[in-house]
Amino acid sequence: MRALMNQRFLTLAVLAVVIGILPFVFPSSYYFRVASLVWVSALAAIGLNILMGQAGQVSLGHAAFFGIGAYAVAIGPVHLGIPSWAALLLGAGLSALLAFLVGRPILRLKGHYLAIATLGLGVLVALVITTESRWTGGPDGMPVERLTLFGWRVSGSYTWYWVTGGLLLIGTWIALNLDDTPTGRAFRALHDSEVAAQVVGVDVARFKLQAFVIAAVYASLAGSALAFMNGFINPDQAGFLHSVELVTIVVLGGLGSVVGSIVGAAVLITLPQVLTVFHEYEHLLLGLIIIVSMIFMRSGIVPTLSSLFLRKARS
Amino acid sequence: MAEFLQFLISGLTVGAVYALVALGFTLIYNASGVVNFAQGEFVMLGGMVTVFASALGVPLPLAALVAIVVAMVIGLLLHRLAIEPARGASAVTLIIITIGASILLRGLAAIVFDKQFHKLPAFTGDTPVDLLGAAIQPQSFWVLGGAAVVVLALYVFLEHTLLGKAVLATAANRLAARLVGINTTTIMALAFGGSAAIGAIAGILVTPITLTSYDVGTLLALKGFAAAMLGGMGNPVGAVVGGLLLGLLEAFGAGYLSSTYKDAFAFLVILIVLFAAPQGLFGRRVVERV
Amino acid sequence: MSILKAADVGISFGGVKAVDGVSFSVSPGQILSIIGPNGAGKTTLFNIVSGVYTAGRGTIHLAGEDVTGMAPHRLAARGLSRTFQNLQIFQRMTACENVMVGRHLREKCSLFPALFRLPSVTHQNRETRAAALDLLAYVGLKDVADVPAGSLPYGACKRLEIARALAAEPRVLLLDEPAAGCNAVETEEIDHLIRQVADRGVAVVLVEHDMKLVMKISDRILVLDRGRPLAEGTPREVRDDPKVLEAYLGQHGAREAARA
Repeated sequence: MRALMNQRFLTLAVLAVVIGILPFVFPSSYYFRVASLVWVSALAAIGLNILMGQAGQVSLGHAAFFGIGAYAVAIGPVHLGIPSWAALLLGAGLSALLAFLVGRPILRLKGHYLAIATLGLGVLVALVITTESRWTGGPDGMPVERLTLFGWRVSGSYTWYWVTGGLLLIGTWIALNLDDTPTGRAFRALHDSEVAAQVVGVDVARFKLQAFVIAAVYASLAGSALAFMNGFINPDQAGFLHSVELVTIVVLGGLGSVVGSIVGAAVLITLPQVLTVFHEYEHLLLGLIIIVSMIFMRSGIVPTLSSLFLRKARS
Repeated sequence: MAEFLQFLISGLTVGAVYALVALGFTLIYNASGVVNFAQGEFVMLGGMVTVFASALGVPLPLAALVAIVVAMVIGLLLHRLAIEPARGASAVTLIIITIGASILLRGLAAIVFDKQFHKLPAFTGDTPVDLLGAAIQPQSFWVLGGAAVVVLALYVFLEHTLLGKAVLATAANRLAARLVGINTTTIMALAFGGSAAIGAIAGILVTPITLTSYDVGTLLALKGFAAAMLGGMGNPVGAVVGGLLLGLLEAFGAGYLSSTYKDAFAFLVILIVLFAAPQGLFGRRVVERV
Repeated sequence: MSILKAADVGISFGGVKAVDGVSFSVSPGQILSIIGPNGAGKTTLFNIVSGVYTAGRGTIHLAGEDVTGMAPHRLAARGLSRTFQNLQIFQRMTACENVMVGRHLREKCSLFPALFRLPSVTHQNRETRAAALDLLAYVGLKDVADVPAGSLPYGACKRLEIARALAAEPRVLLLDEPAAGCNAVETEEIDHLIRQVADRGVAVVLVEHDMKLVMKISDRILVLDRGRPLAEGTPREVRDDPKVLEAYLGQHGAREAARA
């Protein structure tokens, strides 16, 4: 118990230190932009990891909620005339509502049927965004008004580095909190054995739905943050490939590991930036690295490495 | 009537391609339990290799054969180098591996070939055939006929050859199959090779109608996966019916309702079907044993 | 006064009547054993009673209330708990956490305090953990409280399941082969455990193959054969019933046993 608490504070402290130190070694604003992208992706992945790693329910359409968050802050101020911060809340609310409405029937499905249903949901949302160009600018995307909070215009890659870093810290804190609570235990229990969870009184459908809604809100907030940060948004953010990227971050980093999602995001977001020096070989190498790391670290980077260290420490 | 027939034929044509991709999914899934998201890449390879081989002056039938062989080799390599080493990993880990393979193959195709759209000439000319007032592309008949031949051949193989029965036995129960002396690793390799060939054939048949490029695989994999699930995962008949159904839905949806939401109908119907029948149309209802 | 009462319960799978017209009732503090040859429908009956399967016919009453077809988690809230024949422990959680999940219904479980880790959550956690540790001590697993359940030996997992079921403070406890795969000493321990639980006023329904254990601790025994009730009575009555011997040993065996 105490060890667990310490581990939680330690994780948060290390993360805070990393976020605080990086600016001293970053040579240009480009680095701030990439790092912010990592923080945002990690935030979405941590949410998805609550659904996939804790509650054991796969979602291949999670970018839909990312897209809803992103487009809410783009559309809200322009078409509805509401302030940016309200649009952010509206997006999170819409994502939660959608997850709540479709979650019950979808989460009754298991395994690959759940995968295709969530995938279908993601494709549908992305299609609506691409098609309703009067609102969304269609396939070309649309610009996003800068966020203004209490008269402070939040802009610049340096500012956004801190904002997204702060969001990630809060998101990490909440995800770590959840672990050792009745809710978190119910998630992990239904992951291991639904029937055993049921007979001790866990309302499996309710908790799956809770995990789905939490994950949707995380993704939505991450989407809004990215939209503000970039000042521009296009349908790719809601598309299937982005869903796959989020799942890959979660699995690559380690299912069920909060730190894993951050490490996974760092690897998968910075890798293509590094690989651009290889020009046309970029995708080839990206695919290769995903395959090789999944073969040799099948439970994910962080769980594999930490069990390796533990074994070393013991011997 | 003519319009209806037009939609029907074009729906069946597209549906036949989805059916072949779904069949490839099913074959691999049954033999190994892996959902192979690189399935669409086999279709892409079938089209692209044929295009580039015939551009080098190779006659079309020979170019098609080369394409099928190349796809099969890639399928076998995928099994040997990526799936086999990860044996025993969780389902979601294996899915990520096949997604990685799909990214890799797409990247490879972009380097070896290019990023342009390519077309193959129709096998027997472009003059539409008039069928009760509907103008049908002759290539449609090639696609439908080709798909029928593949399905029939697969059926004969599975039901009437010893090797085919070994595949079915492996699908039914991998451990039991191994216990009666079936080399399940060979069966899995066979499934990857076979489903790569089926994908490539689909790609060759459909390229004269839909064009091809290095990145056509993703959407095809999605539709094929959807078709397989619609029919009920692991059921070959379900895969074919699911594929044809998906094609028809798209064609009629696009024709009568809205062409911009063509892709939406398929997924909307899948969601509705799964809500009503969580095991797909032909899937068996399994009772959880505890 | 019976607390759990099943009347004329039946279910079929693809035309096969796995359970057909079975009735039983059990009172607080009583131990009812359900025995029968393999495939007699004992576990299926458990699955119906605990809401995992929906009965094709018949009714189930829990504390006077008709609970036929009710979902397992709602039955649990009404005081029914169970263990499983093929272990259903939460492999990736520690032994202690497994039992803590068993306390689920006794905990306040609202989402927002959990997300922001309000003091109430920390406080409740401490209580739940203490209760779980007590139960682990009760079944002799205190030493392995923080070991992942997936790495515990078979016998320990069996007891862990019992501890988890008890954590819900049930009024009715269904135990599916608690002594299967246990050695004589472990079986003895489980014997004591079941007796103690019943003495606290819990109604225990037991499916078990270990006849020595069954004959020793049961108040009543229900014998099933191919889904149908064959006999019911005290251990002595059941043991002397020729139909029971026949079902277990076949006709020839029954004649041999009668002669012996």
